[in-house]
Amino acid sequence: MIGYGKQARDLPARRWRRTVGLAAVTIVLLAVLVLVVPAFADRLNAVVIAGFPLGYFMAAQGSLLLVLLLTVWFIFRQERLDREGGVAEPEPFDAGEDIR
Amino acid sequence: MRTDKFASHAGQLYGIIAALLAVFIAGLIVLEQIGVPGPIIGFLLVTATLALYAGIAVASRTVHVADYYVAGRQVPALYNGMATAADWMSGASFIGLAGTLYMLGFDGLAYLLGWVGGFVLIAVLIAPYLRKFGAFTIPDFLAARFGGHAARLTGVVVLFACSFTYVVAQFYATGLIASRFLGISFETGVYVGLGTVLVCSLLGGMRSVTWTQAAQYLVLIIAFMLPVAILSAQHFGVPVVQFAYGEALARIAALEQQMLASGLADPATLVRHLVPGEALDRLNFTALIVCLMIGTASLPHLLMRFLTTSSVRDARRSAGWSLGFILLLYLTAPAYAAFAKLEVYQNVIGAGLQALPDWIYSYGRLGLVEICGRAAASAAAVREACAAMPENTGVLRLGDLAIDRDVIVLALPEIAGLPYVIAGLVAAGALAATLSTANGLLLAIGNALGHDVYYRVVDARAPASRRLLVARLFLLASATLAAVLAASRPSDLLSMVAWAFSLAAAGFFPALVLGIWWKRCTAAGAVSGMLAGFGLTLAYLVLTQYGGMAEWFGIRNTSAAIFGLPVGFAVTILVSLLTPAPSRHVQAMVEEFRKPAGRPGMLDGAP
Repeated sequence: MIGYGKQARDLPARRWRRTVGLAAVTIVLLAVLVLVVPAFADRLNAVVIAGFPLGYFMAAQGSLLLVLLLTVWFIFRQERLDREGGVAEPEPFDAGEDIR
Repeated sequence: MRTDKFASHAGQLYGIIAALLAVFIAGLIVLEQIGVPGPIIGFLLVTATLALYAGIAVASRTVHVADYYVAGRQVPALYNGMATAADWMSGASFIGLAGTLYMLGFDGLAYLLGWVGGFVLIAVLIAPYLRKFGAFTIPDFLAARFGGHAARLTGVVVLFACSFTYVVAQFYATGLIASRFLGISFETGVYVGLGTVLVCSLLGGMRSVTWTQAAQYLVLIIAFMLPVAILSAQHFGVPVVQFAYGEALARIAALEQQMLASGLADPATLVRHLVPGEALDRLNFTALIVCLMIGTASLPHLLMRFLTTSSVRDARRSAGWSLGFILLLYLTAPAYAAFAKLEVYQNVIGAGLQALPDWIYSYGRLGLVEICGRAAASAAAVREACAAMPENTGVLRLGDLAIDRDVIVLALPEIAGLPYVIAGLVAAGALAATLSTANGLLLAIGNALGHDVYYRVVDARAPASRRLLVARLFLLASATLAAVLAASRPSDLLSMVAWAFSLAAAGFFPALVLGIWWKRCTAAGAVSGMLAGFGLTLAYLVLTQYGGMAEWFGIRNTSAAIFGLPVGFAVTILVSLLTPAPSRHVQAMVEEFRKPAGRPGMLDGAP
């Protein structure tokens, strides 16, 4: 019983620690995509794919699409953290208009 | 709880709108084929879209405070994403972005990278927590988190500083688009814009702005993608230009070498399209990305949009949706730039002065293309101007040509020989981008004055009807002032638009992020941090622009927040540590808004 109570109390704190970790990882990956990759554009430009020099392509489309993927990944990870932490909102379909 | 008829039928509604748009455009193409003159078609197209926005606005008018400020908090994630994308993309972004990529080459991509990155910061650091908290405005959140009028009023000042010049620029853009495409005067265009904006925002506040912005997104994205998709289908056989313009890039690089070899281009002034560091040095490039990214995540009119969703989950998801919707335009802009550059390098540079393409003269007459230092209004004018230049050989060199950056998007349909409907569509899209941004900005300003200054500070007992009346009067007053200023063509004010990102970043970002992520952050810390960061940034901007101060480390003043941000963070942290920790009540409130489930900190903007 004691173990159960402690775990229940720690659950939100653990969810917040993992939220902070996820935010840090996401922002580091973001910095790699929008700051580090373009900084190496010069060298990447030596590689040409379908007419695109890779450095230009990454800054003009590649990094941007990867940022979108990163965002989608982050959203799903965060929603899972919220569910596991027991702090997720009720799903829209079981909220019930009449209850609200 | 009332259910929003727009929110529950949004799918059908926007499906019908998209279908009607397609039928309407097809109908106009037929009209053009049977000989109806171009200006009438352009006029029909623009009037129809304006009528669409007004219709949606009238249908979504409201008398409820929560509808007026936050659209009743019932906007689904997908539609909030569309509305946010329209709110975000201004007329300058719609028309000028491809031109910026044309002018700056690789270094212009800093804008794409920074703006896109900003939406990740919004999703990760800010939007879900603001939404959970339940405030009506950004200063409202600051006031509740940092208790008292100091944080609220500082927030209002920063909000005003980064939003007002931006609105003036939107009205200015409306005037330009109207005068270029519809043949009406610049001033009339500004006031037509003002009228449309007022119809959209006065009747239903955030509710009607949200649903018109979603329609405006449809118009602007069709207008941006269609010309280049047709062009790509003609050139490459696939309408997906975003991944097909590599060949154009390769030819541009080859032509640059030829022009250098033949002396048509001067190695000192040619900006090679694919090479980093040609227009901005590496330090400025990186600083610009950082400032645009953090500025995006701090712009109040954008953050305000995330207060309208029906849940915290939807606020986070709608940041993802808006990023996707914005990318549709951003991934296309580099292709526009490449096509326009290829056209110029192939068919304009090195051509005899008698044999220039027609579009040069049609935009020269508008003063947007200059050759040999004078507007290229006609072949005779060009010959005369160039004859006066020394060492001219009757052949157009790169240095002789100056193109306004707006021409790239405006002229592409004509360069590609597309029907006039497409050019009219581009005008309608540019107007949609401009009006949607103006709406969002004006609502941010009007709400800050009506809710934060009047209701919270002046008269906290005002009944709902008077709160709405005052909010609408403030909106009307700020819109009219902005339009009158825009009609006077204030060049200094317009050049300050680029400052908005740095001012918002330095003024809001440290207080918002530390307020959410650091419980120990105190009111004194946040307020002094906002003042220090915002003050330093503003001082750097004004002193480098007007005071003749030398740039620090060569950083251009569009990236001024690169100094203001660390100072803002440092001051906030230091002062917070020196002042007593926030009360237990405030700390519990922070704990609470970090969780998606449970009671919001404020209900309908009241604690």
